[in-house]
Amino acid sequence: MPAGTLYRGREGMWSWVAHRVTGVLIFFFLFAHVLDTALVRVSPEAYDSVIATYKFWLVNLMEYGLVAAILFHALNGLRVVAVDFWAKGPKYQKQMLWTVVGIWVVLMGGAFYPVLQHTLRTWFGG
Amino acid sequence: MSTEIKDLVVPSLQAHTGQGLGTGNPADAFVVEPARARTKKTPRRTRTNFEMLAWLFMRLSGVVLVVLVLGHLLINLMLDGGVSKISFAFVAGRWASPFWQMWDLLMLWLAMLHGSNGMRTVINDYAEKDATRMWLKGLLAVATIFTVVLGTLVIFTFDPNI
Repeated sequence: MPAGTLYRGREGMWSWVAHRVTGVLIFFFLFAHVLDTALVRVSPEAYDSVIATYKFWLVNLMEYGLVAAILFHALNGLRVVAVDFWAKGPKYQKQMLWTVVGIWVVLMGGAFYPVLQHTLRTWFGG
Repeated sequence: MSTEIKDLVVPSLQAHTGQGLGTGNPADAFVVEPARARTKKTPRRTRTNFEMLAWLFMRLSGVVLVVLVLGHLLINLMLDGGVSKISFAFVAGRWASPFWQMWDLLMLWLAMLHGSNGMRTVINDYAEKDATRMWLKGLLAVATIFTVVLGTLVIFTFDPNI
């Protein structure tokens, strides 16, 4: 690859990419989630059968991924608001991104058991 | 060739028509068209601040959604057994309270409009052909209206004794 033809952004660009990717993923899930919830108007059996899908281990793992996407989008969104409305926001945008990443790691650690407890208890008992 | 001095003073609007400066000087034909010259398709002025309002809406709804969505995830996906407890009976118990009905209604509307406007931005960025952009945004609008109306009807017409 010739040198100097690939734009390698830094924190600002990569957080923008991650914000966009997580946003699109969340939107498609939201669309599906409103449709599955609408089954409460069909019958309790129809609703409970679609909810059984949410309790399958692979889907449960995807729920942890959904939490990961939403938490990043939420925390980075607050950073974007700070960049736009706080006078010193643009100056501290990098520090704020690493703060977002740090809080995200801690919250993801804390959410591991609560979100995956259904699968973990099915596999390991308790 | 004689040119009166006043003819050289042209308003900036005229200079941006790309039709030359109109001074009568043949060299006017070689005036380079400005980068953002107006064309027949350029609207004279926009009636509203739609894009600024959309930008503001993303920030205001985003802050509210942080509370609504993270609260929703905590209650439904993490506390009290996580996803294990979700069932028709659980939903019926939650929607017996007008507070949680309003929570879910506000979350539905804000999340769909926030997400839909985000998708509009993505489509505008990547769909380069006019026709492709129009079709994708039309599909997005139909899907958004359908989802918001369906979700709203479900919350308001929910019957625990169905």
